[in-house]
This record gives sequence, C-alpha cells and structure tokens, in this order.
Amino acid sequence: MSDEYYREEVSGAAPVTGFYDSSGRRAGFTPWLLSWIFSLDHKRIAILYLVSTLSFFAVGVSLGFLIRLELIAPGATIVDARTYNAFFTLHGVIMIFLFIIPVTTGVFGNFLLPIQIGAKDMAFPRLNLLSWWFYIIGAALVLLSLFTGDGLPDTGWTFYVPYSLKTAADISLTAFALFILGFSSILTGINFVTTVHKLRAPGMRWHRLPLFVWSIYSTAWILVIATPVLGMTLLLVIAERTLGLGIFDPVRGGDPILYQHLFWIYSHPAVYVMILPGMGIVAEIIPVFTRRVIFGYRAIAYSSVMIAVVGSMVWGHHMFVSGFSKTAAFVFSLFTFLVAIPSAIKVFNWISSLYRGSIVLEAPFLLALVFIFQFTVGGLTGLILGTLSVDVHLHDTTFVVGHFHYMKFGGGGFAFFAGLHYWFPKIFGRMYIKRYANIAVAFLFVGFNTLYFPMLVMGYKGMPRRYFDYLPEFQLYHVVSTVGSWILITGLIIMFVNLIYSIRRGEKAGANPWGGATIEWQTTSPPPVLNFVDPPVVDRGPYDYR
Amino acid sequence: MITQAASSITGKEVDAVFFTVAAICVVMLALISFFIVYFVIKYNSKRHPTPVDIPGNKTLETVWTVVPVLIVLFIFYLGWTGFEKRFEVPEDAMTINVTARQWSWSFEYEGGLTETELRLPVGKPVKLELTSSDVIHSFYIPAFRVKKDVVPGLTDNFLWFTPDAVGVYDLFCAEYCGLSHSSMITKVHVMEEAEFIGWKEGKLRKAEKEAAASLAGDVVDHVSIGRRLSVEKGCVSCHTVDGSPLIGPTWKGLYLKKETVITGGAERLTLVDAEYIRKSMLEPGADVVKGFPPIMPSQEGVLTEDEIEALIEYIKSLSDNKR
Repeated sequence: MSDEYYREEVSGAAPVTGFYDSSGRRAGFTPWLLSWIFSLDHKRIAILYLVSTLSFFAVGVSLGFLIRLELIAPGATIVDARTYNAFFTLHGVIMIFLFIIPVTTGVFGNFLLPIQIGAKDMAFPRLNLLSWWFYIIGAALVLLSLFTGDGLPDTGWTFYVPYSLKTAADISLTAFALFILGFSSILTGINFVTTVHKLRAPGMRWHRLPLFVWSIYSTAWILVIATPVLGMTLLLVIAERTLGLGIFDPVRGGDPILYQHLFWIYSHPAVYVMILPGMGIVAEIIPVFTRRVIFGYRAIAYSSVMIAVVGSMVWGHHMFVSGFSKTAAFVFSLFTFLVAIPSAIKVFNWISSLYRGSIVLEAPFLLALVFIFQFTVGGLTGLILGTLSVDVHLHDTTFVVGHFHYMKFGGGGFAFFAGLHYWFPKIFGRMYIKRYANIAVAFLFVGFNTLYFPMLVMGYKGMPRRYFDYLPEFQLYHVVSTVGSWILITGLIIMFVNLIYSIRRGEKAGANPWGGATIEWQTTSPPPVLNFVDPPVVDRGPYDYR
Repeated sequence: MITQAASSITGKEVDAVFFTVAAICVVMLALISFFIVYFVIKYNSKRHPTPVDIPGNKTLETVWTVVPVLIVLFIFYLGWTGFEKRFEVPEDAMTINVTARQWSWSFEYEGGLTETELRLPVGKPVKLELTSSDVIHSFYIPAFRVKKDVVPGLTDNFLWFTPDAVGVYDLFCAEYCGLSHSSMITKVHVMEEAEFIGWKEGKLRKAEKEAAASLAGDVVDHVSIGRRLSVEKGCVSCHTVDGSPLIGPTWKGLYLKKETVITGGAERLTLVDAEYIRKSMLEPGADVVKGFPPIMPSQEGVLTEDEIEALIEYIKSLSDNKR
C-alpha cells in the first residue's frame, strides 16, 4: 500500500478543495458521472452508498406504508393477498439487504473510518469501489428477479424451505442476487479490518481510536466471518431448486430445519451488523454535545467486541418452536440472555456520560437520546422473547415484528439519522436548518412509537405476523399503528427535504461546527481529496476536549 | 371468540412469567428514561456551563455488569422451567393426530374420526402429533399459549396442554405458508367431558354405519363421502361450492364446463370431465385454469383412488350437466 499509488491515482492536479466538486463538472454530464461511479476516493464511494441505499430506503418505506394501509381494516383493503405477500417480502429484502446492512458501514464506515484514524483512504481503494459495484449489481438482480418468475417473490425475506422451493416466483435469481450482495459485504469487511490494522496515523494507538471505529471494526469482522455462510446457504437453495439435490426438501430426504440453522447462523449476527455501527455513532455524538469525555471508554469499546463474539452464538433463538431439542433451546436461550449484558453496559455508560456534562440540545444529540430509548425498548422486549416459555407464545406474532423494528429501525435506523445530522456539515460543508431538523425529530419519535408499540400489545394478544387478513378484535391496534406510519413518514419527509435542500443552500458550516475532538473535525468541511493537508498528529484520546 | 385470557394450565404459567419479566423491563425502561430526562434538564449548558470530565468508575462498571447478569440468569431460569414441562407429556394424555396443509387443518382422533375443527374435553391433557403434508406451518392457539412448528418430514413432533375452561378459541397458522396463510384459521371447542364423549361416539357410530353399508354392497353414497372429504382434505379452503371464485375455480357448475386452461404457457380450451378433474388433482400444474395462480398442491399419495372417485362424484353433483 504505497503512497505512490494514491499520488498516481489522484494525479498531480488534485486541488485542496472539497472532494466532491473538484473534477469534471464543466466537461459535461457523462464525465461527471464517470468521475463518481468509478471514483476510488472513499468519500465519493460513501456518497454513492448514501444515494443508492437511501433510494432503496424510500422504496422500502413506500412498501411499509402500503402494508400498513392494507392492514387498516380486516379483509382486502387496497390489494389482494398475493400482492400483500409480495409487499412484505420485498419490504424485508430491500430494508435488510439493500438498506440497513450496507447503509451505516457503506456511508459512515467509508467516509469516516479513514479520516478518524488519520488515513488518506481505505487500504484497498479498488476493492472498495468493487464492493459498491457488487452492491449495485446485486440490487439490480433483485429488481430483475421481480419480473423473471411467475409472480413476485412471496416467501418472506427469510426464504424458508420447503415453501421457497415450491413457489413459482423466481427465488433462484433473488437468492443469487443476495449471494452477490454478500460479496459486497465480505469485501467491505476485509477492507475495513485491514485499514484499521494498517493505516492508523502516527500516535493513533488502539485505545485512542474513536468508539465509532471500534464498532465498525467489530462489525467488519462479523461481515467477514458470517456472510460466507449466507452465500453458501443461498447457493444450496439454488441447487435445490434447479437440481433437486435433497438437502433441504423433506420429500427427497432433506431437512428443512437445517436450512433454518444455516440461514440464522448468518442472519442473527447480521442483526449486529445493523446495530453495532449505530452504537458507535451514538458514542461519538454524546461526548460532543455534553462537552465532556465519554464515560467508560474501554467498557464501550470492548462491549462492541463482546457483542460480535457472543452474538455469533445465539442464532437458535429464532427456532425455539421449530422442533429442535431441549438442550439446544437451553444453550441458545442462555447465550441470548448473556448477549444482553454488553448492550446494557453500553446504555449505562452512555447515560453516565450525560452526568455533569454541559448539554447542548441539537438534532444529532436528540436523535441519539431517542435511539437510546428505542434501543432499550428493543433490548428489553428481546429479553421477553429470549424467555423460553414466553417465546413459545410470542414467536411469529407481531410482538416479534415490533421488537425487531425497535432494534433495527428505532435503533439502527435512528442512529443512522443521528449520524447523518452529526456529520452532514462535515460531508457537505453546509449546515441544515436546525429548527426543521428538530421538528422532524419530534415527528419521527412520536410516529415511530405509535407505529410499533401497538404491535407489541396485539402480538401478546395473539396476532400472528405476515397476516393479510385478521380477526376484528385486533383492528383497533392496527388502526393506531397505521396512523403512526403516517406520522413517521411525515417526519421522514421533513427530515430529508431539509437535508437535501441544505446540501446546496445551507449555510457554510466551517471545519468544526459542533466542537468535536475527533480528528475528522480538524480537516476542512468537506475534506480535501486525501483528507488532510498536513498529516494529523495524534497525541491524545478521541474525547479529550481540554 | 376468546384469544386473550390464558385458558390452559401452561398458559397461566406463561402469563405469570411474562408479567414478571415485563415488570422488570418496565422498571428498567422507567429508570433509564428518568435518568436521561433528569440529566438533560439538570446539566443543560445554560444551568451547567462548565462540564466535568469523569472518564469512568470501576465500581460502577462492576455493579452494572454483575447485577444485570444476575437478573438475566433469573429470567432465563423462569423461562427454562416453564419450557421444560412442554416436553413431559402426562401418561393419560389423549392423542390426536394433526395434519396441516396449505391452507387447512385436520384432526384425527383415535378410531379414525377426522374433523376440521378441534374438539376437546375440558381439564384433560391432550397430546397433538403434528405432521405437514407440504410446507412448514405452525400450530398456534393464543388462548392456551401454545405453539409448535409443523415441519414436513419431522417425526415425533408434538405439543401437549390441558385446556381448563369451556369455550370456543381460535387456532392460527403462525408460520408463513403461502397465499392463504392468514385464512388457515380454525376453531377449538373445549367441552364438558360428557358432552365430548357423546359428540365423539355419535360421530363414530355414523362412520361405522357408512362403512357397514359399503361392505354390505349397498349403494354407496359417493356424493356425501365426497362432500365430507372436500372439507377434511381442505379442498374448500380454495374451491367454493356456491359459484364464487376463491383461490381456485368454484366447483359449482364446473363439471362439463368449457374452460380456458394454460398448458405449458399456451392457452387452450378444454372440457372439464372426470379425466380432467382427476389430472388436476394429481398433476395440478399441468393444465391450470386461466386467471388462477398455479399453486395447487398435488394430491398424489394424499388421496386414495376411492377418495378421488368420491370427490369427482361430489363435483358432478354440483353441476346441472350430469350426463
């Protein structure tokens, strides 16, 4: 990894202006576009991820909106059962594989990891670009698979066999698309791990790493270790559908439970891919807006690693009623309870970091607090679900749907929004309109909880998930939940209109609008092509303000 | 329709554990929320302009690691003891074989009686042996707090419980199983024991009479057997007999009707005769009536030759063209 390489790539003409308006616009649209989609600059690649993942987020939100609208009354309301089943399948596939897994690593991991450790770029810039291209190819194939089969994919995002072997939709192509997306994750993971090990600036010792870097580092390891299992499993599903090998299909002597094991060996750790970077974002934001050092740096850093390790051994809690043994249930339930501990430690440390601070309430900080609340609800409902005898009742009800939305959206998604408001001035060099940002936060908080809390209640009352139709006694909860979705979407619209408007029209932000101590705030906003004009010197911890 | 109260002994235990754990969670959430709000107000920069750096506290870290570990181990224990009992079936439990298929349930009692709604005596333990004839389903009675996936190919897959209140309860499929997953619902009738025995014996006597008539070489009433099979085998969850299309074509007036079918991607006109109906049961994907999804599961190995005959006779009886 030579510095020569960068110099050659960027060419002598690289100006010390912002990275994203430096080249090519005057030459016309095509050169401008090419300068983006073939850029090796980690910051440009981050923006590519931002645009692409948020586009799919918009699609996923629209599908979620339609699902909620359909459920406002029992029976067919706006679509038929076939379409509804495709809606929740696509909502899940898009939100998980095209949004929440790639978004935080892809956007903030790419943009900030090199800058926060004082590097000029990722360890493997070409691999980094290839990751994004794999993401785009995978996403394109997902879209293609909607049209190649007899009907839209209708298996749910979990692709459980034998249903996924029998359905007429083109599940083979959808599975292949996710296989390609998996490569995107693996390459990203390898790149991030290598970058943290090899490219830290002089003086950037492990215990001076910002907590966001710790969380991205743990996430990257999960991506590298767990994703291959998903790839292998999906290839087996394709082989089963086309060749009829008899691995999963009970008619041919296969075992459908084996599929569930393989699927969750990846997909449970993937849950931590969705939430760990978010925890890192929150740990960055809190000290800046309390103007004090974070409480329990090492506890927070090591708990990220703990979550990555213990979180790899809890996948069986998705299968307590699948018919596996008592012993397996015992072990998986126990580990599930233990993985709650590092998360609890994080929450306690974040809250203690408010103690005796000097708190400034700004949108990123408000979102971080909302994150802590919603993540706590998600974690505590997780304890309820981990309780074996209770899980038998709650499994596959809307209680589970509520729980994981509190985790992935209320946690991971809101942390991403927090990060977006925190690093927006660094990425674009301009500040959004703070008043509108705060209004959006209020809508998001109220809307989110109105949407998902009723799911917890009706799940306990026995409302199964993935139901197109339901008994009239559940309608009240469904109506409240649907109204919540409207409030939430209003908040999202306010938030994104404000941000998009401010990319060009916002006030100039300056290098360090929040007074942050991590080194991304020492360079210009936006940062120059190689991030720093003068090589950064690190002689203190990430949250030492004085 | 009771889905809320826990109406089984297991269910009451589940509720007790649920409310214990939920109470712990509510207290935790309240404490966390309180401290967030309290600190944000108290240490607002206007009130508290000079922050104090506190990098950590070993005692606190230890306390809030050890105490939560003890709490979660306690919760784990509560859940485990309740769960373990679900594997220990009482010896006097009545066994019922449950078959799940897209998208209906059937319940087979000792003696061969098969029903589409579950009837149980109150206060008696019951063991349900679960089998699926196609994809994974999940047997779920919310009121009893019981659930178990019904996995094709999995043997010795069961659940048991003791209903302890007379009433009518909902039974759901909880594992997504395709198009009509949310219609895979039936009822559980919990009855006084005497009433249950009377009901079951009445049903068995009727079945015996039918069998005896068939043995004696009397005219077998194929139509009524067919009608019974159409319910037991779940045909009616997709095919109506009143003329309205559901997931598949209605059976009313179907026999000897000219239908446009799709064969290997091409449309053609065909006559719905006995041969076509038989083929549709055994190879449903071969000629699919236009406008309907190609999703009917094959009945190969599910229906016997006699049962297919009976169903065809029944379908014939629903048409004016009987030839």
